[in-house]
Amino acid sequence: MTPFLVVAVLVVAVHAAPALAQETVGLPEDWQWGFQPAASPSMEDIHWLYDVFLFPVMMIISAFVLLLMAYILVRYRRAANPNPSGTTHNSLLEVVWTGIPALILIVIAIPSLRLLYDQETLPVAEPDLTIKITGHQWYWSYEYPDYDGLEFDAYILGDDELAEGQPRLLATDTTVVVPVDKYIRLQITSEDVIHAWALPAAGVKMDAVPGRLNEIWMKLEQPGMYYGQCSELCGLNHGYMPIMVEAVSEAEFGTWANEQLASRGSADGAVVTVAQN
Amino acid sequence: MSQAQAVEDHHAHQPTGFLRYLYSTNHKDIGTMYIVYGFVFGLIGFLMSMLIRIELAYPGDGILGGDYHLYNVLITSHGLIMIFFMIMPVFIGGFGNWMVPLMIGAPDMAFPRMNNISFWLLIPSGILLVGSVFIGGGTGVGWTIYAPLSTYGNQGNLAIDCLILAIHLAGASSILGAINFITTIFNMRAPGMTLHRMPLFVWAVLVTAFLLVLSLPVLAGAITMLLTDRNFGTGFFDPALGGDPVLYQHLFWFFGHPEVYILILPGFGIVSHIISTFSRKPIFGYLGMAYAMVAIGFVGFIVWAHHMYTVGMGLDTKAYFIIATMIIAVPTGIKIFSWLATMWGGSIEFRTPMLWAIGFIFLFTVGGVTGVLLANAGIDTAMHDTYFVVAHFHYVLSLGAVFALFGGFYYWIGKMTGYQYPEWAGKLHFWLTLIGVNVTFFPQHFLGMAGMPRRIPDFPDVYAGWNLVSSIGSYITAAGMVVFLYVLYYVFVANRARCPDNPWGEGATTLEWTVSSPPPFHTFEDPPYMGAPARAGH
Repeated sequence: MTPFLVVAVLVVAVHAAPALAQETVGLPEDWQWGFQPAASPSMEDIHWLYDVFLFPVMMIISAFVLLLMAYILVRYRRAANPNPSGTTHNSLLEVVWTGIPALILIVIAIPSLRLLYDQETLPVAEPDLTIKITGHQWYWSYEYPDYDGLEFDAYILGDDELAEGQPRLLATDTTVVVPVDKYIRLQITSEDVIHAWALPAAGVKMDAVPGRLNEIWMKLEQPGMYYGQCSELCGLNHGYMPIMVEAVSEAEFGTWANEQLASRGSADGAVVTVAQN
Repeated sequence: MSQAQAVEDHHAHQPTGFLRYLYSTNHKDIGTMYIVYGFVFGLIGFLMSMLIRIELAYPGDGILGGDYHLYNVLITSHGLIMIFFMIMPVFIGGFGNWMVPLMIGAPDMAFPRMNNISFWLLIPSGILLVGSVFIGGGTGVGWTIYAPLSTYGNQGNLAIDCLILAIHLAGASSILGAINFITTIFNMRAPGMTLHRMPLFVWAVLVTAFLLVLSLPVLAGAITMLLTDRNFGTGFFDPALGGDPVLYQHLFWFFGHPEVYILILPGFGIVSHIISTFSRKPIFGYLGMAYAMVAIGFVGFIVWAHHMYTVGMGLDTKAYFIIATMIIAVPTGIKIFSWLATMWGGSIEFRTPMLWAIGFIFLFTVGGVTGVLLANAGIDTAMHDTYFVVAHFHYVLSLGAVFALFGGFYYWIGKMTGYQYPEWAGKLHFWLTLIGVNVTFFPQHFLGMAGMPRRIPDFPDVYAGWNLVSSIGSYITAAGMVVFLYVLYYVFVANRARCPDNPWGEGATTLEWTVSSPPPFHTFEDPPYMGAPARAGH
């Protein structure tokens, strides 16, 4: 009964924490020692492969080697075993320790390949929304081709520009708003050097390579704010081009998109200039 | 008769002063110079890593005062120095030069003058590398020098050209050295020492030499293309000129992945000797151990793109690289289990080299299993370019290769200098380092899983806790380095403890323990006969 109680408390704690943090779902906590909670099918699959296969295998192999070695070091220390044996071969043993690891690897490889194919293949014929992401030294720009003219840049907010509760080094001046629970196609490229667009809670990381248009998909299943950072060394301010994505309901997304288009339609020169960039 | 005497006299001739080293064609003197060289650069690289950890101890601008470029210069130089100017020179140039001829009963390397130029090429190479830090602010492009950050992303920065030339020279040096080792090992073994009776360290150096000869020319080609892209208007890696930045990554990692085995294989060899010596048992499954290294070397050439899972490769390409990469775990497992089986039934003595070897086995296992995890492209999406990768490769290199390197140092220092190290200091050095590096690198797994990217000079406050722990670990490691400096003082200056020819007793069966400590200037002028009984395992 006790283990169940512990698990139940942990589950409640894990689920209560984001609610307190005002809808921030894609942000790690200090002293965290695992993945961020999964917020997309890709990340759920990653959690599954890690929890069910990789973590147990890593733990069992490490513990096996450590315990076996500890036993050997105690049992066969010079004081306990002054006369060493001369054994140098055991064909059966050598076949076993070649074969069993190979079997373990096959057991890992099958779900791993499934994860890979699921992760990269959009499960629906047409995505609900497409976003084109372009990396620059050192900011991201976003275009929503489904909404003609909806495009903007996202720069890091300086420490003195942060609003209450916004995390340092992760918040940007504009927010990438997406509808929750919709299939979103991300097309990623770069204007200068290689960057990488990453959103850990969504299990998304894709290099932005100049001259290439990389494609990946995501579906954020919980409304809230998600944070990520550039994940490929891109020069001086590599650590200062964060990614901030907000998942909202479809209705709110529509409102936001229209507001953006309306403000672009106004005579705001700054926005137009940015768009031509 | 008189002619024979003249030959004897000639052999006894030994240049003195700095000419002994400048003109040296003696494998032991050249090996010593390599080790000193690696030690000097190792200290520089270590101090850089300390600066990095001090900067990252707390969120916000730290010791570097907000100079992000300097941070990038530090991580770039730390990586390159530790790989090209510390581990490779000490393992291959240092221990390889010293021990390979001794272990196979050869009087010297096959091409002694080429051996000399191999070493002396490293001097201008090191000067160019260190010099690049002071030109144009240095190279902040990462040790991988990825295009286009290193081409049009850093146009006109002479530092990168210096760096490219430094790597060219270091590569040429390594290729010459590798040719020398291959020729020596194939042609100069004592009568009776067949390939299947060679000590495992010699096997390790042989496989490493093949990896060097096959992989370094590819690196040389890639960085030459970088050089012409930067300076002569070519566009190999520039999409605007029909090139492809990802091509550079394929070329780089075709070298880069064998390179990690170049760094670890000599360590495998050293650990085999230490385990066997202090267990007083021949190595278990000698042939399996030797061919596991051959297999690792071969498979190491066909797995390179697992470093590039997020560049946008095709699905089936990734699927292939997943499978190929995981295969490496099989021969690596054979090695781990064979070391354990060597100790099984042995009579184990816990001298300092043995402690390092035991630490190596367990920590390399930990680095190995995280490597199996990273091999899976699907999960690598979450790990790529995060601190999880940093933790992984420091477990196999900083805790793997470097542990083997210190193990080799304590194992052979008495033989090389004639003076033994102080046992208590060696053990203290080991324990401080063991605790320090684990406290440094284990929490980095957590940081990586939580999503902290690599190569950032400041981090969001949510990563503050484990970063502080990690920095504290590096200070403990630094305390270990101070003890190591005392060991060096004790051995080289105080000269307190004479080392007998064979300080390790009956477990040490390789040929280097049959000559005096330190060995005479010339050894095995008459080749020893290595006939029956077969010394399997050694």
